[in-house]
Amino acid sequence: MNAMSRNATYNFAYLDEQTKRMIRRAILKAIAIPGYQVPFASREMPMPYGWGTGGVQVTAAILGPDDVLKVIDQGADDTTNAVSIRKFFERVAGIETTTHTAEATIIQTRHRIPEAPLAEGQVLVYQVPIPEPLRFLEPRETETRKMHALEEYGLMHVKLYEDIAKNGHIATTYAYPVKVEGRYVMDPSPTPKFDNPKMHMSAALQLFGAGREKRIYALPPHTEVVSLDFEDHPFEVQRFDRPCALCGAEQVYLDEIVLDDRGGRMFVCSDTDHCETRRAEGHRGELGGELSGEAK
Amino acid sequence: MTIALRNADVFAAEDLPLLCVRGLTRTYGTRIGCAEVDLDVWPGEVLAIVGESGSGKSTLLNCISARLEPTSGTVCYRMRDGEMRDLYRLQEAERRLLLRTDWGFVHQNPADGLRMTVSAGANVGERLMAVGDRHYGRIRETATDWLGRVEISADRIDDQPRAFSGGMRQRLQIARNLVTGPRLVFMDEPTGGLDVSVQARLLDLLRGLVNDLGLAVIIVTHDLAVARLLSHRMIVMKDGNVIEHGLTDRLLDDPQAPYTQLLVSSILQV
Repeated sequence: MNAMSRNATYNFAYLDEQTKRMIRRAILKAIAIPGYQVPFASREMPMPYGWGTGGVQVTAAILGPDDVLKVIDQGADDTTNAVSIRKFFERVAGIETTTHTAEATIIQTRHRIPEAPLAEGQVLVYQVPIPEPLRFLEPRETETRKMHALEEYGLMHVKLYEDIAKNGHIATTYAYPVKVEGRYVMDPSPTPKFDNPKMHMSAALQLFGAGREKRIYALPPHTEVVSLDFEDHPFEVQRFDRPCALCGAEQVYLDEIVLDDRGGRMFVCSDTDHCETRRAEGHRGELGGELSGEAK
Repeated sequence: MTIALRNADVFAAEDLPLLCVRGLTRTYGTRIGCAEVDLDVWPGEVLAIVGESGSGKSTLLNCISARLEPTSGTVCYRMRDGEMRDLYRLQEAERRLLLRTDWGFVHQNPADGLRMTVSAGANVGERLMAVGDRHYGRIRETATDWLGRVEISADRIDDQPRAFSGGMRQRLQIARNLVTGPRLVFMDEPTGGLDVSVQARLLDLLRGLVNDLGLAVIIVTHDLAVARLLSHRMIVMKDGNVIEHGLTDRLLDDPQAPYTQLLVSSILQV
C-alpha cells in the first residue's frame, strides 16, 4: 500500500486534526499518570460501540504515514474485527499493514497481547469495553473516582475474596485487576490473566481506549504492573496441559477448536502469527501434518 | 449545656471526652433541623437521643457522624493519638479512614449498611481489607469469629445477606461495623422494624458487646424501652432543640420538662 491509494475524501486516518490533537493530549496525560483514566471527548466512529471505537480513535491519533499497523482480535489476525479495522486504516490512511508482530510499529488488540516479546518503539493499543475496575462493585461514578483519588482499593479484594469463598481459588480469568506503579488500580481490559505478566515492565508503550465510556489510560514502557492477590492465594496464570496441536508451542495461550460432533477437539495457539511463524520454522504439533524430526 | 454527669465505671478509664459537640446548628433553608446543640460523649458511654419523628434526631446524628455538614458549630473528636480534631476540618481522606476504622454506623435498614450482593464473610471482611489485610485465611477466621459473636452460625458465612432474615441482617451489620475495633458507634434506630422477640435478643446482644468492648455509642431511637435498656445517659429533643438531658434512670423515672413527662407517660403498658 502507498499513500496514493488512500481515499482522499477523508483526512489522514479518518479523524480531523483538531480531534487527533485532543486525543493526543489525553494520551499524554494518561502516560504522565500511569493507570489513571483520562476522560476524552470520544467521537462517533463508523462502527458500533463494542467493536473497538476507543482503540480505533487512539490508533488514528498516533498513526503516522510511516507506521506499520497490525490488528488482532483474540490473538487472531484473520477474524472479522481485525480484518475490517486493518482495511479501514489502509483506506483512510494509506498506511502499510502487517500480520507479523515484529514488523509492526502499532498493534491494535482486542483481548490478547502477542506471544512474541514486544520491543522498544512498538505501541500496543487496547480496545476497552469498561475501563473502571470498580464498576461492578460500586455503581456510582462519583464514588469510584473518589476511591481512586483516595486510593481506597479494599473493595477490589472483596471481589477476590468472593471468588475464593465460592470457588476455592481466584476464579477471575480475564480483566484481572492490576496495580500500576503502586498507585492506581487498573482494568487491563478483558485480556486473559495469562497476559498480565507481559504488561509488567514491558518495553512497548501500552495505550487503552474506551470509546463508549470516553476514557483513555496508559502504561508507559517499563512500568510496574502487579496483579492483585492474597498472601495465601497468590496470583497464578492459566496453565495448559498440552502444547499447541499445530506448532507444538508450550507456555502459550491456547484456543479450543471443536473438530466434529463426536467430542473431537484440538487446542491451538490463540496468537495466529506466533503459530504461523513457528510452523514456518519447522515446528510441528500432533495435528500439524508431516511430523518431522524437529517437532517436539 | 455542659454535661458533668458520667457513668461511674467510665470515670477511671478516661477522664477526657471522646466527642465534643458545641453550638451545632443545621438548617434546611429557613426550617430548623437542629439548633444550638452541645453535648459530650465519654469513652465507653452509651448516649441515647430520643424524641418524636421530625424532632431533629437524625439530623443531629448525621451531623455528628460526619455525614451531613452542619450550618454552624463544631464537632471535635479525640483521635487515637489523643489529639482533639474538628471533624469538618479533617482532610476527606482522613475523615473516610476514621469512618471505616475508628467509627461504626449501624443503619435502621440493614440494606443501607451492607453490601447485599456479596457474602456475609466478605461483608465482615471488607473493613479489614480496606485497612490493608491481605491474608485470606486470617480474614475468614476473623469473619467466622465475628459471625459467632453476633449469633450467626458459621455455615452461613458464604450466603448473601439477602438470604438472611431482618434480625440476622441487623446482627451482620453490627459485626461488619465492630470488626475493626471501633471506639465510637452510631446507631440509627437499630431495632426499628424488628418484631419484639427479635428486638429483645438484639438488645441483649448489643448490651453484651458494648460492655465487653467498652464502646462509646450514640443511639437514636424513639423507643424509650431501648434507651432504658442500653443507655447510660439520654437527651430528649423536640423541634430541633434539646429540651432535657440527664442520666437515663433519672430522666425516665423523674422527667422534668413537660414534653418529657408526656413522652414517658405515653408508653403503652401491657
